[in-house]
Amino acid sequence: MKERLGVYICHCGGNISDYVDVEKVRAAIEHEKGVVLAKTTMFACSDTNQTDMVQDIHEHNLDGVIVASCSPKLHLTTFRNVTERGDLNKYTYVHANIREQASWAHSDDKLGATEKAIRLVKAAIAKSRYADPLFPNQFEAEKNIAVIGGGIAGMKAALSLAEKKSNVILIEKENRLGGHTAEWGSLFMTDEKGFELTARIENDLRKYNNVTILTGAEVIDTKGSIGNFELKIRRRPQNDGDPMEIVELHVGSIVVATGYDHYLPKQGEYGFGTSETIITLPEFKQQVDKATGKSLEFKGKKINNIAYIYCVGSRQNEGENTYCSRFCCTSAIHTAIEVKKKFKGMQNIHLTRGIRTYGKQELLYAESLQMGDLYLQFDENNLPEIRSEGKKTVVTVKDILSARKEMEMEVDLVVLVTGMVPRPDQSIGTMLKLPKGRDRFFNEIHMKLRPVETVIDGVTIAGTCQGPKNISESVNSALSAATKSFSYISKGTLETEPIIAEIDQDACSWCDKCSNACPFDAIDQIEMGGRTVASVNPMVCKGCGMCAPVCPVDAINLIGYTSEEMMSMIDALA
Amino acid sequence: MSDSFKKNAKILVFSTEKISDPAIDMAGLLKLHYPPTVYTITVPCSSGIKPSWIIHAYEKGFDGVFIAADGTDCIFGESCTEKTGNIVAITHEKMKEKEIDPARLRMAALCSVCSEAFVKQMRSFNDYLIKTIHSNNN
Repeated sequence: MKERLGVYICHCGGNISDYVDVEKVRAAIEHEKGVVLAKTTMFACSDTNQTDMVQDIHEHNLDGVIVASCSPKLHLTTFRNVTERGDLNKYTYVHANIREQASWAHSDDKLGATEKAIRLVKAAIAKSRYADPLFPNQFEAEKNIAVIGGGIAGMKAALSLAEKKSNVILIEKENRLGGHTAEWGSLFMTDEKGFELTARIENDLRKYNNVTILTGAEVIDTKGSIGNFELKIRRRPQNDGDPMEIVELHVGSIVVATGYDHYLPKQGEYGFGTSETIITLPEFKQQVDKATGKSLEFKGKKINNIAYIYCVGSRQNEGENTYCSRFCCTSAIHTAIEVKKKFKGMQNIHLTRGIRTYGKQELLYAESLQMGDLYLQFDENNLPEIRSEGKKTVVTVKDILSARKEMEMEVDLVVLVTGMVPRPDQSIGTMLKLPKGRDRFFNEIHMKLRPVETVIDGVTIAGTCQGPKNISESVNSALSAATKSFSYISKGTLETEPIIAEIDQDACSWCDKCSNACPFDAIDQIEMGGRTVASVNPMVCKGCGMCAPVCPVDAINLIGYTSEEMMSMIDALA
Repeated sequence: MSDSFKKNAKILVFSTEKISDPAIDMAGLLKLHYPPTVYTITVPCSSGIKPSWIIHAYEKGFDGVFIAADGTDCIFGESCTEKTGNIVAITHEKMKEKEIDPARLRMAALCSVCSEAFVKQMRSFNDYLIKTIHSNNN
């Protein structure tokens, strides 16, 4: 039993200490049996604190470490590694989650959150007293990686994996690669066309023998876990007369890059659907790309004055989409500049809620101003109004840059600058059990620390299925997801936790109940000292613990979850 | 002791590392509040919970025990649902022997994204336990 425990209680900046009195937690546990060191720390995961912990382990001769901080999903491995650097077995480390399960869950009740945190830390201390050194098991991992979604993010992820010499299967639901990027014309900053860009990447991909591209293919079933996923794919006939094809794949990890949909305004939203002169930005961009003459014409009418209404379907005051779609300000301004360069006598009027052309995209905004575009700004409580007067379209807005003076303008076309929404068909997310955030896009574990990983081990997310991004941001996330997915399986072996069942063979008298309960046939009968007893095969046992409750003499425990540990935790929480 | 500790029921949740833990964590992330007297102990699989642990929790003062079961999502196989059900049935028998209301043990399958379902379950279980146990004590 551990007798020299060190306990660290994290502020997590203010994420924990804004709601949990961490000093009170420290004071409440510092005299617990076996605790020789109790500290609070601003960021337990910081390099400085990790170095201090290693030093503490040596200086105080600690035999067990507990950190009370965020979810173990985020930092269990971090602190196990710290423990290892302090020359302790990493499985002697115990984690207490006082952020997701105390400070955030009970941010409405600071006293309650603090009391709960105290008990959670005491339970972790109780568990730590019994935490024995353990050694991980290894198993072989599939070296193939599946990339689901063949848009710009999926293609770049697949290319990056191909360059790493990994076998890649790129699965795309549509009959062509490229996603939304292939729909675009000229792109900022290079002026390369969207379809040229995707064709170039596809061409690069097809040069690799280790890349398999499945278009017209949809994942219909998934099984397994990291290292050994099984995917069932339904592929539409590729030639007339071909049958529907079912493909079964075995992969070690998965990159999900299923993209986004354009927001489609509701009937009547800013007059959408009531007039031919009110269209969305994606429609307008296609018109601009297609137009060849010296003037811009739409539905047989010459266009000179265009009003762009921003944040349609994004930053909604009332509605589901409270988020900023990030790309649309830049896309609208880029299109407006294209319009002025391509056609004569054009006037662009931008009705915005504040321009968000961050980084280098600011150059576009400056260019647009220099070209004479007008910018008016409205707030969410005073949206622009559009009315038709005969053949005329009139837009009125209260401009907050002109002391809310009401401006009225007659325009030839109204462009609704629409944002991104998650795809309605998120069946792949349902199959893989990927969590979604409040914005309904797939959720990463941590936006800064683990930005492409999901809570499902072996599954990463890339591009706009995770949330609105522009093309370069999508590509960055795709490269990151590809690298992470590759790192899971690159060694060819994966480590599993050494959590297996253990049988007290002195108490066992072989009744076969445990053997029948085991779904992996990991328990055999053996002869020992003239008696027949049960024996666990450690290479086969997966550590589910199904055998333990069925033993009539309570002779089975799961290592790490023994009755002693569980009951001591219950005592501490009670 | 804070007011919320006096007025809420004390509930022990057995949750699973891969399936229901992420849902419970996400409830915190989304600030979906539930009583702070709900405590979670993580296990690999809900069909590995021993009835003796549950009985021990009642003996130590927990008002209710909730098993956040893996259901058909269990990474260890589909037999988990039936086996967890058997554990609940055996525990119910033991509870009756000890004159503990079997309704103080609840089980529901909770997927890795079922945060709202978890919070709903906790609030309703808390309400039930307050009505039945706390009112009897007053």
